[in-house]
Amino acid sequence: MTRTDKPTRPQTSLAARYGTFMSRHSSILPTFAAVVILFLLFAGAQLYFGNFLTPSNLSALLLNNAYLLILAVGMTFVIVTGGIDLSVGSVMAFTGILGAKLLADGLPAVLVIPLMIAGGALIGLLIGVLVQYFDVQPFIASLAGLFLARGLAFVVSLSSIRVEDPAVLWLQSTRFRVGDWYITPTGIIALLIVVIGVLVMQWTRFGRTIYAIGGSEQSAHLMGLNVARTKVLVYVISGVCGGLAGLALTAYSGAGYPLNGVGTELDTIAAVVIGGTLLTGGSGYVLGSMIGVLVYGTITAVISFMGAEQSWTRIIIGTLLLLFIVVQRLIVARSERRK
Amino acid sequence: MHEGTPLLELTGATVRFGAEVALDGVDFRLFSGEVHSLMGENGAGKSTLIKAITGALPMDAGVLRLDGETVQFGTPHDAQTAGVRTVYQEIDLLPNVSVAENIVLGREPRRFGLIDWRRTRELACTVLGELGLDIDPASKLGVHSLAVQQLVAIGRAISTDVKVLVLDEPTSSLDFDEVSELFRVIRDLKLRGVAILFVSHFLDQVYEVCDRVTVLRDGRLIGEYLTREVLRIDLVQAMLGRSAAALHTRARADFGDDATEPYLSARGVTVNPGIEDADVDLREGEVFGVAGLLGAGRTELARAITGIDRLDAGIIRISGTRQSPRGPHDAISLGVVYSSENRRTEGIVDGLSVRENVTLALQAERGMLRRIPSWRQQELAASWIEALDIRPPDMDRPAGTLSGGNQQKVLLARLLALSPRVLVLDEPTRGIDVGAKVEIQNLVGDLADNGLSVMFISAELEEVLRVGNRVAIVRDGCIVDTVPAEQLTVDSLLALVARPGDADG
Amino acid sequence: MKSLVTHRLFWPVVALIALIAINTATRPSFLSVTMRDGQLYGSIIDILRNSAPLMLVALGMTLVIATRGIDLSVGATMAVSGAVALTIIDASPTPHEPSVVALAIVVAVLVSLVLGTWNGFLVSVLGIQPIIATLVLMLAGRGIALLITDGFITTVNSDPYKFMAQGYILGFPFAFYVSIVAIAVVVLVERRTALGVLTEAVGINPKASHLAGVRSRGIVWGAYIASGAMAGIAGILYSSNIMAADANAAGLYIELYAILAVVLGGTSLMGGKFSIAGTVIGVFTIQTLISTITFLGVPPAASPVFMATAVIIVVLIQSRRVHRAVRSLIRSLRSLGGSAEGDDASARTAQAGSGSSGDESARDETKVTSR
Repeated sequence: MTRTDKPTRPQTSLAARYGTFMSRHSSILPTFAAVVILFLLFAGAQLYFGNFLTPSNLSALLLNNAYLLILAVGMTFVIVTGGIDLSVGSVMAFTGILGAKLLADGLPAVLVIPLMIAGGALIGLLIGVLVQYFDVQPFIASLAGLFLARGLAFVVSLSSIRVEDPAVLWLQSTRFRVGDWYITPTGIIALLIVVIGVLVMQWTRFGRTIYAIGGSEQSAHLMGLNVARTKVLVYVISGVCGGLAGLALTAYSGAGYPLNGVGTELDTIAAVVIGGTLLTGGSGYVLGSMIGVLVYGTITAVISFMGAEQSWTRIIIGTLLLLFIVVQRLIVARSERRK
Repeated sequence: MHEGTPLLELTGATVRFGAEVALDGVDFRLFSGEVHSLMGENGAGKSTLIKAITGALPMDAGVLRLDGETVQFGTPHDAQTAGVRTVYQEIDLLPNVSVAENIVLGREPRRFGLIDWRRTRELACTVLGELGLDIDPASKLGVHSLAVQQLVAIGRAISTDVKVLVLDEPTSSLDFDEVSELFRVIRDLKLRGVAILFVSHFLDQVYEVCDRVTVLRDGRLIGEYLTREVLRIDLVQAMLGRSAAALHTRARADFGDDATEPYLSARGVTVNPGIEDADVDLREGEVFGVAGLLGAGRTELARAITGIDRLDAGIIRISGTRQSPRGPHDAISLGVVYSSENRRTEGIVDGLSVRENVTLALQAERGMLRRIPSWRQQELAASWIEALDIRPPDMDRPAGTLSGGNQQKVLLARLLALSPRVLVLDEPTRGIDVGAKVEIQNLVGDLADNGLSVMFISAELEEVLRVGNRVAIVRDGCIVDTVPAEQLTVDSLLALVARPGDADG
Repeated sequence: MKSLVTHRLFWPVVALIALIAINTATRPSFLSVTMRDGQLYGSIIDILRNSAPLMLVALGMTLVIATRGIDLSVGATMAVSGAVALTIIDASPTPHEPSVVALAIVVAVLVSLVLGTWNGFLVSVLGIQPIIATLVLMLAGRGIALLITDGFITTVNSDPYKFMAQGYILGFPFAFYVSIVAIAVVVLVERRTALGVLTEAVGINPKASHLAGVRSRGIVWGAYIASGAMAGIAGILYSSNIMAADANAAGLYIELYAILAVVLGGTSLMGGKFSIAGTVIGVFTIQTLISTITFLGVPPAASPVFMATAVIIVVLIQSRRVHRAVRSLIRSLRSLGGSAEGDDASARTAQAGSGSSGDESARDETKVTSR
């Protein structure tokens, strides 16, 4: 082995460049596959309907799925550590109905919104503490969170409560227009969450610790990283996203409804996995989860365009999820054999 | 050489686990700029001493001084901050993250509160350059070989001010060139004044790179020696407490000639990437030893010829007939059984009782519908407990509570209960105390005398020579040579196992 | 050894008895059973009848969990099963014919077997993580059920079918007999054959079992098939209870209740040793809890809060950290007089973990391979 001051740059042949790229970014492959799928969906829908890829449709895509996007960012944090959060749908419903009730009781939005977020954060904190300090499996702990949040939602109200507060309604009804494109404040919030998510995951020690925990929790601990605090915080973050999603959904539908979000946790997990995050943890990108949400949203939109039953959405998402998982498994199996 | 005050000094270290004394009043000193080896048999207290120095275990008594000041490390992290760093054999890094990040994580350079990736890369390049590692710092750690990963781990340890570097079995998975590289790095660190604690059981390497040796036995300090002054034979004697010559097991019955047909015959066996083009003959009544460095391909060879791993090439003949066993179940039905080196993760089912463990393979062979009646299970378990002297002789005890040696016996019982023809044992005496080791070695000899073919894999070269009739040397995935045991000594075997090229006989 | 848990069924039984005691204390009529027209009535009877679907699903779930897996699709399978059965009956001109009903049931259970086989294939052959593999069916299954019923809630009028959930034999609800038979079958198969101990071996240490020649693939696959079949029968009972196939509501969250029942009964989620008796107790405990909540006037919609509390309490009880805290509490109470030195030593034994048996510890093995 020669001694060098700087590692030599690899030769620029295509094969060598591919090799370098793969050794640096192999975990981006699943996300890349998701982008390809999204592209195919767009192209296919455009060919089939002829008027699918319009600015108004694409803007509606973000509008209709803002809540899912927010949830997916939080879920990405949790899954990259190797955990899972089954409570997000129920937390979204709980914070939504809680917010609606408080607004109906006359509290100002400026107070209610932080309370909604705090509510989500508290449930996330409970789950995180159970997982980290009591060695409860994330599945069971977030299950408890699911039950708790759903129950609390019903305690707040058994039926839907309309929201009349102008501040909250503004979040959804305002459109900022640029030509035919439009975006709502909820959309902006969702995109902001995505940006913050990317920043944190790629540029902060906290974010890198999340990847470390997913890679090897023991090693992360031995490297002196604060594993305990990080593991608890990711669930808190997921809870906060649950609260924000509750806000988005309440603004979107103009009401809080305790039965919202039944099964949404599964949609979120599906979006995150399709977006290229491995359920085993240690790899995945927030932007990938955004792609996953877009895939989900496009499928839903296509199905409603076709006038078909919504039940097809779940089936297709399920099948896509399956495909992704099988392919992920094959890739992992092949790289394991090569070692 | 370097007198004056030691950089690290441990006096009167005592550590107890319940009634057991792991370290008994041990003194230890380390000077800066020296390479110091810690030696002793398994259970001598080496790892306990390291844990005490690096803050992983509290001491019941004893004083630790670093740079003249008394210190107490409550956690490994305290030790790391003080400049005492350890590189363990199991790479404690993150495979899913880049090399640069592995080096830097925990003390990343930052700008405006966010990680400065450019400076991270520069820092990593510097460290890699010092180690002479020509790899892409942005590449993920997991794509590199274990040797490279180990060097990266060392890079992390030295990336900030390091006073003491502990290397735990650093060469176990390295080939000859990689070992040379490592030693070059060690010598560079020496010049920088770092004190290096080198834990290894490879005597040659210790003599090559270390200045001094501390020998522990049964938790006590036996002595501290200069490598240039102490003879190998004396060192081994200090470790074992008796001369190596006296360690012979009972002589085996004279093994017959080569004319007998092998029971299992393998030709051109290849399993990518572990073993390539290997030829093996296992004869009845013979103990076939397999020696090689860890990672050389011994386990891959064993798993290949017992049909556990699918062959990429090669033919296996059992009793003259060509066979292609597709997994342990098939192999067992052909009379070929394999005992894994990872007794805890691939051997003992720790939640099940001793009785259930012993009868497990037999039950699996009979199929799930034909349950072995309880009385028969008890009969079997009792007879094996007695035959192999498994202690404690309680068949309903969970197998996980037994000591390593007894667990190994339970595993042997399980396999022997199948009445196999070929027994492949992968590192059966690893981590077992000397008494149980000899029991198992003698047992292997007995089994061969009774007509079994035994393949015996071990990293302890003395053991392979003691037990085997012939020895196959495995290196870098190939069988380099197969030699009758009488023609080898430990040193010549070591030479064959560690060096490439033309050393023969 | 006298420690917290003398027998692993100790705490589950205690919990159930405590729950029954609380119930009886607050409503003395809880334990009363009356006979009318040859049929028994009472809260206890209700519990025996209503627990049947959960019992079936939990039995299947026990086997799957024992193999270190999980089956999240049982609720969806119940929905599919109910949809298939009722669609067949609905399509028949003679819905009251026992043979039609029999056919519907058989086909529905067969379909569930296929779904179980699918899950088992993904897990045991393709090696996909059980949570994901069964998540797929959990997502898609209800969609499939909706398609079968064309998006409607199919209702039928069929006396034989109604008998499943609402009929009585010898005074006891028919559904209860179904439970009993299921329990008996599972116990016989697991304990009279070697399936039980082999399943435990696979769950505790899949690699070691594989090397010992155990056909782990078949065992794991079989567990999912069994889980699917059980869910199918449970789906029949559920739809028979409401005489409708509600693809969205059938078995909603039942996988979670089933997992809870299994965990309550002492089987670990990590797989390995399992206890059918424990699961049975767990199911009755949950059903009694549901009955308690309903009786207390809590709107059924809010009952999840109680479930959450129950889950948290259970996992806390099972948590090692809590055990350690309690143990050190007991020790410190005892040491107001005893030997403090023994405490330190045994504390370090606990800290040193596996190394204390003397021969081995993770870092002591100087010949460990790293591959």
